[in-house]
Amino acid sequence: MSDVVEKTLTALPSLLSLDSQSGAGKLSSTSKLGGLIRSITELTSKHEEEKLINRELAAIKEQVSSPNTSMRQMKEIMVRAIYCEMLGYEASFSYIHAIKLAQQGSAIEKRVGYLAVSLFLNESHDLLLLLVNTVLKDLQSTNLIEVCMALTVVSQLFPKDMIPAILPLVEEKLTNPKEIIRRKAVLALHKFYLIAPNQVQHIHSKFRKALCDKDPGVMTASLHIYLQLIKENPDSYKDLTGSFVAILRQVVGGKLPVDFNYHNVPAPWLQIQLLRILSLLGKDDQSTSELMYEVLDESLRRAEMNHNITYAILYECVKAIYTIYPKSELLEKAAKCIGNFVVSPKINLKYLGLKALTYVVQQDASLALQHQMTIIECLDHSDSIIKRETLEVLFRITNVKNVAVIVEKMLDFLKNVFMEPDILFLLYVGCFPLLSDTYSPNNEWFIQTMNVVFSLGGELMHPDIPNNFLRLLAQGFGSEEEEQQQLRVFAVDSYLTLLESDTAHLPQRFLQVISWALGEFSYLKDGLEPCKVTKLLAKLLDERNVTSESRSWILSAMAKLSAGPGAAALALQVSERYSSSLDTVLRQQALELLHLSQDPELHARVLPHGAAWDSFEVDSSLSFLDSFVSEALSQGAAPYKAPHQRQEELRQEKALSLEPYSISLPVSLSSCSITDRQSPTLLSMSSSLSGNSNELKAGTLKLEGVKRVWGKEGYLHQQDAVEEAAQVEEAATPALPLSPQQGGAESQQTHGDLTVVEQEKQKLASSLFVGLGSQNSTFLMGKSDSTSQQFRRKTRAADSTSSGVSERSSSSSHSSCSDFLHNNLLEDSQNSLNTQKIGVSNGTHEGPVTQSFQTTSKETSPFLDAGMVLVQPCSPQTELRDFVQPGSSGITQTSLRSQFPPELSQLPHSDISLLSSDHSLSLSACRAYRDDALLFVIILSNLKCCGSIFETFSTLIQVASLRGNALENLPAHSMSVCWYALLMEEPHTQVTVAGSVSYRAVPGHTQTLQFTDKLFLTDFIRPLTLSTEEYGKLWLSFSQDVRQNLKLIQGEGDPLRATLSALKEQLQLHIVDIIGSEGIVACRLLPDSPCLLHCRIHGGSLAVWLRSPLLSLPDCLLYYCQKTLEEC
Amino acid sequence: MIKAILIFNNHGKPRLSKFYEHYSEDTEQQIIRETFHLVSKRDENVCNFLEGGMLIGGSDNKLIYRHYATLYFVFCVDSSESELGILDLIQVFVETLDKCFENVCELDLIFHVDKVHHILSEMVMGGMVLETNMNEIITHVDAQNKMEKSEAGIAGAPARAVSAVKNMNLPEIPKNINIGDISIKVPNLPSFK
Repeated sequence: MSDVVEKTLTALPSLLSLDSQSGAGKLSSTSKLGGLIRSITELTSKHEEEKLINRELAAIKEQVSSPNTSMRQMKEIMVRAIYCEMLGYEASFSYIHAIKLAQQGSAIEKRVGYLAVSLFLNESHDLLLLLVNTVLKDLQSTNLIEVCMALTVVSQLFPKDMIPAILPLVEEKLTNPKEIIRRKAVLALHKFYLIAPNQVQHIHSKFRKALCDKDPGVMTASLHIYLQLIKENPDSYKDLTGSFVAILRQVVGGKLPVDFNYHNVPAPWLQIQLLRILSLLGKDDQSTSELMYEVLDESLRRAEMNHNITYAILYECVKAIYTIYPKSELLEKAAKCIGNFVVSPKINLKYLGLKALTYVVQQDASLALQHQMTIIECLDHSDSIIKRETLEVLFRITNVKNVAVIVEKMLDFLKNVFMEPDILFLLYVGCFPLLSDTYSPNNEWFIQTMNVVFSLGGELMHPDIPNNFLRLLAQGFGSEEEEQQQLRVFAVDSYLTLLESDTAHLPQRFLQVISWALGEFSYLKDGLEPCKVTKLLAKLLDERNVTSESRSWILSAMAKLSAGPGAAALALQVSERYSSSLDTVLRQQALELLHLSQDPELHARVLPHGAAWDSFEVDSSLSFLDSFVSEALSQGAAPYKAPHQRQEELRQEKALSLEPYSISLPVSLSSCSITDRQSPTLLSMSSSLSGNSNELKAGTLKLEGVKRVWGKEGYLHQQDAVEEAAQVEEAATPALPLSPQQGGAESQQTHGDLTVVEQEKQKLASSLFVGLGSQNSTFLMGKSDSTSQQFRRKTRAADSTSSGVSERSSSSSHSSCSDFLHNNLLEDSQNSLNTQKIGVSNGTHEGPVTQSFQTTSKETSPFLDAGMVLVQPCSPQTELRDFVQPGSSGITQTSLRSQFPPELSQLPHSDISLLSSDHSLSLSACRAYRDDALLFVIILSNLKCCGSIFETFSTLIQVASLRGNALENLPAHSMSVCWYALLMEEPHTQVTVAGSVSYRAVPGHTQTLQFTDKLFLTDFIRPLTLSTEEYGKLWLSFSQDVRQNLKLIQGEGDPLRATLSALKEQLQLHIVDIIGSEGIVACRLLPDSPCLLHCRIHGGSLAVWLRSPLLSLPDCLLYYCQKTLEEC
Repeated sequence: MIKAILIFNNHGKPRLSKFYEHYSEDTEQQIIRETFHLVSKRDENVCNFLEGGMLIGGSDNKLIYRHYATLYFVFCVDSSESELGILDLIQVFVETLDKCFENVCELDLIFHVDKVHHILSEMVMGGMVLETNMNEIITHVDAQNKMEKSEAGIAGAPARAVSAVKNMNLPEIPKNINIGDISIKVPNLPSFK
């Protein structure tokens, strides 16, 4: 069959190129579409096409608005409009006509109308509301095809708010005698579930009915829903495992009609779907997994390797086997299967085999060992996708022994294909440092590798990499001081060598790293004259392609070195040249350099040695300027006004906008301004807070003649102050530079050996896979730890920074703050991309620090955001030191409750439940309902130790405050209670709270206890007391509304009253008034988002109408109302 | 889930684009261009999977494509779809087109964009695979086309009469699948209501 297609399509180019006119003409000489397409194929330039299409669109516009156009013509016009839209030209005027066509046309025109609508509009388009009635009508139509069309369009796009209107009709279709309708209805419900899960909550039983449908097609469709449901919550569907297994067994056993076969394989897509569901169900669950061993085995056996699609089934099977609770016999077979994939000559299978390997090596690294030769071959494969997968496999099997070889291969890969600005490569460059400093065999190797990474990565590299590298250089690996010094000396050596050769090709980021490292550490090297380094730097400074940002890095490095005798003269020379630079930042730095080089005493005070990473103080309140300011004020200067204030005044005074003049200062001013210790970019960001940003904005004001308090002297004064805060060391005496090649000789050699010769390959293989064989188990453990190791190191860095800050409680350093935040963000992005950490600070001495963090997080966020996927600094994280006391092993509710402080025990609260525990710490939680917040109370019962605690919270909750007792040291055997006041920022039916407690049982050994808990919307709902009049006013002002019919509680007395009081009881609502068969109810979501309910008895059910200013609050609340009433 | 289905020719001219998730007009065009850029520079003897389409949703997504003479058929899918399964789905799609148009060629796709869309909507609905059996798909499409012909004959008749006739003519879509005794029985659903 495919041959026929191939042949036909091969014949096509000749048809198109040589004979396009007659070909098109033959097909539709009369139609206007034909004409349009014919003229388009004749065109040669994009510009001509644009002109033609615009003409065409104008013609269409005229035709559609003419009253004489029949529906039939309209259909043809729509096809043309679809064509134009596909080419990327907007035809928005035709949207309304597409809807009209769907509305009024006969079936065949309707079909085109629906098609046009589904191609033109999106779910949030306003015009879509006009379609609702049409869909309603067609769903009720007796014509099968119209119903099908309506269902198709519903599953493509439907406004979320209108789902209740058509839901009953779609539900009804589930019992339609035609299987195609049942099938489409199931998929439409799947769509509803995706966009508004709460609204289809009540029809889950109908999904089950669809699963048992006598038609396999409907059953297949229902699997889409189950896959989604099980993905979200596997525990609730464990009972269905048996059914899925039974279905799969029958499919595999050929019990389906032959019509379902595809290339003699029974319903392959159905099998794939079932295998995916089973693997989700069996994950981490031994008893469930046991149910499926047999059928998985059979699937493996039955799927003979004969067609593409059987490989698809095999692949899913293998994945399932490795996901569920392991069974050695199956694992063996699966491993064999993967082997077949990997060695297959078919490239697609090779790809999947490698993919499976990346997945499997984490559990069983020996499998990679079996296929080492194939992996080596894949490394040289011509397909870059295959190469990338291979590297992925290698990345996962990295350990201390093979890291050098693997990194070498990766670098090769990057060198070859680096021209593509592909983000994946950034990823690779990004994962290097992780690789390097986790497993780094020695310092020389590390520096060498980083040099290569920097020169390859260039400007594409994520800015974190140089920053982290510099931090590592300054702080070391946490290893011995001597080793650190060695590392630095080696870095200095290799950089000097680099600078002596041609520097033109080095990326700017690398130059910045080099100059910083030289400025900081060249004194460590014995016998190295500072003037030699300064000379090299000065040479660099004069290079043409060096950007001004890099120049300012270089200048600050020179400032650090300028104390030496020879260097001073050179510094003088340089500063003279740059003191007339057009770039104000450079000019200023040149002047600083001049001052520092002439005044050794000042230099020693401002830039002392070896204090590279100590936190330094920045008085962000600029209190040292107070006397200056008051003096200026007394002499008649105008008081300082904030930029926005000035802008305001400006607007009042003059109607004329002076915008074009406002950017009078060079933009690069913000790039770097201050002689900095660690990273000019970072510091300048924060320093702009006080100085530069005002300066920039004030640009407009100069024209106004407003006298600036920050005059010339003031500005300089401030600079001096910052300089004082910074510190530097002197340059040391020169030494012989060591060739960087020497250190890397070993790895280079290995690389050189890698030739086509088979033996060489084997050698490479043995070096790559070293450490995978004999001490397999130990390696595996180390492997699984790799991320957490990384994580831990970062945490330590964060610790030290923050403690450094807290010691100086009055003032804090911006740069260390931002680094600190930076660290957290890195951790975040490693741990979980979607959750933000919201940390809470506790304890007396840390209070002020939190404050400053909050400010800083705002200031630095633009920088941190750059490239940090999905994570935003929203709240700072600090540690909470807490000391927990031991308790007896059997903790009873009462004993826990007795720990409650009096203000808590007054409040209504839920039962205390155990969240998690280990041998020395047990963690329980309960929820207490305070009027203004939900209190999440955590009770820590401990046996022996003390520790610090990190808490993590889900994004959707806002942490309002924290109370709890924090102790510096802990007596044994007691409990500690702390609690968080939580608010819900955005309504959700439930949110997960996740966190961890870290404590130190033995000094230096940190243990972490993870916990999660679910909080429900109802926990955040409080009654809203108001009068009927107030209710009336509020009702009209809210925009979001939802209506639904709910079950009525039938009991003695008034059913409305009974129902409402049940709701009040369960959901904390406030009943405002009940008149006759109507009742109004109000509540609020913490902190203060009201939601109003209007309830009316209507034909045996309760018609509820909810309104709220918040988008999804009515939906979520409705869900709970429904649930409550169902349960009654 | 299938995020998008794109067909373009060797020069990157779009022949069909169907998005199952909402993107702005500009983004859609960019996706088409980017996808073409990625796919077109790949050799014939490399694998049919691609990762790293940036615009269409990041690393979770894959491009699965097949190249037939002058046309590229590209499916953008997320991780919940099987790579090889989709590859065969493309094959089914092309074979179906071939049957419906009797030796399909690029021109068929150009001049009958609407029909191609109709065929596609019988295979994939809202991003979910609906039907993979070629005969079934053709049956459904034919039923609709028959309706077109019957309608053409009575074009002037009032709409009410039309739908009455339609209902008479097309009482039921012929069914290929016999689900008599050997259909799947789902045993023991415990909490079934």
